[in-house]
Amino acid sequence: MSAIAPGGAEGFLHRHEGLKDHLPGANLPWLVALRADAAASFRAQGLPTRRVEAWHYTDLRPLAQAGFDAPLSAVDAAVALPAARAEQRVVFVDGRHRADLSSFAAASIGHWLPELQGRIAAPAEPMAALNSMFFEDGLFLTIAEGQDAGTLELLHVVQAADRPAAVHPRHIIRLEKGARLALLETSIGPTDKRYLHNPVWQVEVAEGASFTHVRLQQEGAQGFQLSTVYASVAAGGTYDNFTLNSGGRLVRNEIHATLSGPGATCHMNGAQLLGDGQHADTTTFLDHAAPDCASRQTYKTVLKGKSRGVFQGKILVRQAAQRTDGYQMNQALLLSSDAEMDSKPQLEIYADDVKCSHGATVGELDADQLFYLRARGIPEAEARTMLVRAFLEAALEGVENPILHTALEGAIEAWWVRHT
Amino acid sequence: MAAVTETIETVQAATEGTYKWGFETDIEMDFAPKGLNEGIVRFISAKKNEPAWLLEWRLKAFAHWQTMTEPTWPSVHYPKIDFQDAFYYAAPKQGPKSLDEVDPELLKTYAKLGIPLKEQAFLAGVEGAGESAADARMPIAVDAVFDSVSVATSYKERLAKDGIIFCAISEAVHTHPELVQQYLGTVVPTGDNFYAALNSAVFTDGSFVYIPKGVRCPMELSTYFRINAKSTGQFERTLIIADEGSTVSYLEGCTAPMRDENQLHAAVVELVALDDASIKYSTVQNWYPGDAEGKGGIYNFVTKRAQCRGKRSKVSWTQVETGSAITWKYPSCVLLGEDSVGEFYSVAITNNYQQADTGTKMIHVGARTKSTIVSKGISAGHGQNTYRGLVRVAPTAKGARNFTQCDSLLIGDQCGAHTVPYIENRCLTAKLEHEATTSRIAEDQLFYCRQRGLTQEEAVGMIVNGFCREVLKELPMEFAVEAQKLLQISLEGSVG
Repeated sequence: MSAIAPGGAEGFLHRHEGLKDHLPGANLPWLVALRADAAASFRAQGLPTRRVEAWHYTDLRPLAQAGFDAPLSAVDAAVALPAARAEQRVVFVDGRHRADLSSFAAASIGHWLPELQGRIAAPAEPMAALNSMFFEDGLFLTIAEGQDAGTLELLHVVQAADRPAAVHPRHIIRLEKGARLALLETSIGPTDKRYLHNPVWQVEVAEGASFTHVRLQQEGAQGFQLSTVYASVAAGGTYDNFTLNSGGRLVRNEIHATLSGPGATCHMNGAQLLGDGQHADTTTFLDHAAPDCASRQTYKTVLKGKSRGVFQGKILVRQAAQRTDGYQMNQALLLSSDAEMDSKPQLEIYADDVKCSHGATVGELDADQLFYLRARGIPEAEARTMLVRAFLEAALEGVENPILHTALEGAIEAWWVRHT
Repeated sequence: MAAVTETIETVQAATEGTYKWGFETDIEMDFAPKGLNEGIVRFISAKKNEPAWLLEWRLKAFAHWQTMTEPTWPSVHYPKIDFQDAFYYAAPKQGPKSLDEVDPELLKTYAKLGIPLKEQAFLAGVEGAGESAADARMPIAVDAVFDSVSVATSYKERLAKDGIIFCAISEAVHTHPELVQQYLGTVVPTGDNFYAALNSAVFTDGSFVYIPKGVRCPMELSTYFRINAKSTGQFERTLIIADEGSTVSYLEGCTAPMRDENQLHAAVVELVALDDASIKYSTVQNWYPGDAEGKGGIYNFVTKRAQCRGKRSKVSWTQVETGSAITWKYPSCVLLGEDSVGEFYSVAITNNYQQADTGTKMIHVGARTKSTIVSKGISAGHGQNTYRGLVRVAPTAKGARNFTQCDSLLIGDQCGAHTVPYIENRCLTAKLEHEATTSRIAEDQLFYCRQRGLTQEEAVGMIVNGFCREVLKELPMEFAVEAQKLLQISLEGSVG
């Protein structure tokens, strides 16, 4: 290991060179080839800059300068864990499965690696390519046909390390026909250390299956999280994603969902709660590739202090996707004169029998509403709290699972208390 | 009844299904050598007998242009343009003289296009709609630009009585050099973008308008652009200055012959509105769109921008884009003055293989600035229509307000409609709203119209006109009538 890690794309490539023979699956030719291809693709693209359209509003220079160089984590370190929220919990520490800390015997990628040829995708996006280069482990879960797997929790913890650590878990979830699963994913990390958590999710929802995926991003104040979800939904299936971004210094939540069979449904909702010095970016790409599909998106952003929120949402309706029903709304509430919100909703439509719309609003708390509450004897601070909570409530409405709903309410409450 | 006559005319025009402005005028022309180099820039400048500062300005722009690359971000596709394979200057041999001495061929051309160069004539396209005293319309002052030069400007004397300057920009360079030098390139700098830099280097003519303090321009001003010569590009430059408290409404129209080759039109329009001034800029863009197979047509790569420099100033862009093989333009407003207002109303139609990537930019800098964007995109045949817009609010724009609405209508299953808005807010007290919808003409709407005896095409025409109403009502009346007809003709062959 070199004493000083080079930064930027070079740093990652340099580290990949040094690590590649020690990564899991280094004896599997197909995986070695996949990682080499990913490295070549990442080398060609580099870390995205603001000149890349998809990264126009998110500047990765702080990440490029950080120079991540931590060694592979020890697998048996003691970790302090928060209380479990669901009965069944699987725990990952620094991107690796910890069976000793998990309450159910979920399978991990690491365990099944020799049999996963053809199951590990190699997406072209630069951060996903980075994940392909480095992933060690991740959740590997298949819910059998017709089975209802209830509510599971996935906790990802980054441990404090002396050097900035970068972890790249790869999670692969498949729901067979008619299966059901609700998953609460929580990401936490040390408050005072720089690190990168770069998870990639591969989600497959088969015919008539239903997957509710709630993500609580509560990384430490110096943490970077750049996550990418790739989901494909077959006929009559449902993928329901809710992402709450409240932690981290620089965060991007990128979702690519493809509705590939007739009658598939996708909901993408989320809230970004940002305080001083935070940057959060939600980027969604919804691909309507089959007829009679529906998609709904509602994203809410609340900005305090010197923070910056980004929403980019693209809905693509292919020519085959007749009778598509697509709706997207993103709203931002500015609570500080130093905050900035950038939105880029986008429609790209090649089918004619469609109903697609999007809306975007940015503004401060409505003075009339505030006055209404004050006139009824509610103190200003309380009135503001009520209005902010009401603003966020609309995005939460779609989350019906009580465990997930409670977890989200709690996270929002905790953030609000911390920031008032 | 006028309405009936009009309907019949419209249907006739639609069933003829041709681009009726596609004829060529046979006239003796003066060309610059083919190609583009510093010599051509000097040639154009010398032809116009320009002062040294303007040649310098052009050469600077040309040097900058050579370092630039064509933008690739618009959602349009076309073979690479060979900038050496075109004439950058083409003018009728007989130079511009007084209105009475203009070459009769040219007068005939404009008469055929329905553009009255004779004073007190009316804008055609509304003939037969009754000519009683009650119907008599306001005269319109016209500057006619034929290929690279302005051939005639009407009503100059009448306008001069109010101190209004309305003339070719090449003339203004000589008659009002201080105004031109003060404002030229201050809204769209020479290096602003690839096509603006090209235009700055080789612009040949265009219109110049100055409305003095407190003057309300007594008639509509208008420029009619005609590309006639083969293998030429048209690069005109328009500069409009509305001084404190003045008001002006300006119209722009354009056509070109039908040819298999693609021709480039790269214009720059700069508007400056000072305190309490108001400029209304309306465009009916009807360049040759190419044939049903997508062969030929104009590449319309235009930079239009307004600066609302003064307090309470206002600029309103209205555009009806029916022509051109490819349209790439974003008429924008930089709202610098406190309480200034920017508006953008647009209808863009793409049929056959036309492509349009158009929209606006509203840059809010001053406090309490307001902007409104209403965009209606209609795609038919294999047309691809993109709305691309930016609303940016600086921290200084306290209490700024924006409302944006983009609606797309799809006719047929081979076309595309896209919406790419950018919304950037850095001001706590600003309020921004954006909404966009995409849909097709509903079966029940069509059924309702058909049941009342309208043909399929009439029904579609009526529904499309209704869809565009919010924009069309912003147009001056004569233009609105013409625009409605154009919409129907543009959509010819797209239904049934």
